[in-house]
Amino acid sequence: MNDRLERALTHTAHEWTPDPPDISAAAARAGLLDVAYATVDSPVGRLLLARTPRGLVRVAYVPPDGEDAVLEALAGKLSPRVIAAPRALDEARRELDEYFAGARTRFELPLDWHLIRGFGRRVLEATARVPYGAVSTYKQVAAQAGNARASRAAGNALGSNPMPIVVPCHRVLNTGGGLGGYTGGLERKRLLLAIERGQPVLEGLG
Amino acid sequence: MKLPPFQSLLDAHGRDVHRFLVATVGAVDADDCYQETWLAALRAYPRLRDAANLRSWIFTVAHRKAIDHVRRRRRQAVPVADPPEGATDPSPEPDEELWARVRALSPKQRMALALRYVIDAGYDEISAVMGTSEEAARRNVHEGLKRLRTEYET
Repeated sequence: MNDRLERALTHTAHEWTPDPPDISAAAARAGLLDVAYATVDSPVGRLLLARTPRGLVRVAYVPPDGEDAVLEALAGKLSPRVIAAPRALDEARRELDEYFAGARTRFELPLDWHLIRGFGRRVLEATARVPYGAVSTYKQVAAQAGNARASRAAGNALGSNPMPIVVPCHRVLNTGGGLGGYTGGLERKRLLLAIERGQPVLEGLG
Repeated sequence: MKLPPFQSLLDAHGRDVHRFLVATVGAVDADDCYQETWLAALRAYPRLRDAANLRSWIFTVAHRKAIDHVRRRRRQAVPVADPPEGATDPSPEPDEELWARVRALSPKQRMALALRYVIDAGYDEISAVMGTSEEAARRNVHEGLKRLRTEYET
């Protein structure tokens, strides 16, 4: 049965297209926004930024097939209460913008280290102390994390850095001076090192 | 229990939940009910046992908020004074006439009609959302249509 009245009900109901209100601010006020995220454009490509009430928890290079896998991992590891809330990432976005413009040499926003623990975390904490424009080696950060012989494990920890750029794993190179690896691909690593050497970024990556 | 990021529910069902609430409580109150719905869902979400049918789950929450709202309104239904000077109605929705008449039906009929025609729910989903038998869901839709038809098609 699909008569005139039913068609009218369906038709009019589907004509309403106002955007529903954004609930992220209310969720944050109610203490229910466990993971807020936003995506931003940068000279090294599109980034996904995520934070918890404790601080920035994730910076991810958005893969070509989109951010779904990154969000699913956050839901699984932290909390399924993951909501797009661009305003909650304003501070992180501002510091990153300043960094890419060469106007910031240190990140000051609070970090939430919950995505990595143990030796890997100590490696990343050592990495976070490598100054802007300087470089270190896998061996050195491994030693600072408490095990000079674990440079391979240090490399793995850097490869799964949950906060690249902000925790500057791009500053860690092979002991022989080779570039080593990078979570976002070597082209990005080169570009970040170039920015820190004061070389203007003429063209960003896609 | 592996639950998808909450945002995927908002993306998939946010607009439909909003339209359901406009249909059942009216455009003026829909935004408040919408926020209440999603906050209640967000609060309960990590404890959810079954992620198989998230649409029915979120509409169960929205239905409950709409019913609460209708009951609250009914309790407050004292004779109203003239609207205060300068008060303006929000711009009328294109549905105004027909759906205003739906909102004048019994709560069960209006909820069933909204689920049926706003989100194209089948009787199985209407019964799941409203916590009734499928037979009752069917009856609510048909009785509601009958009431409307006496006005609409004469």
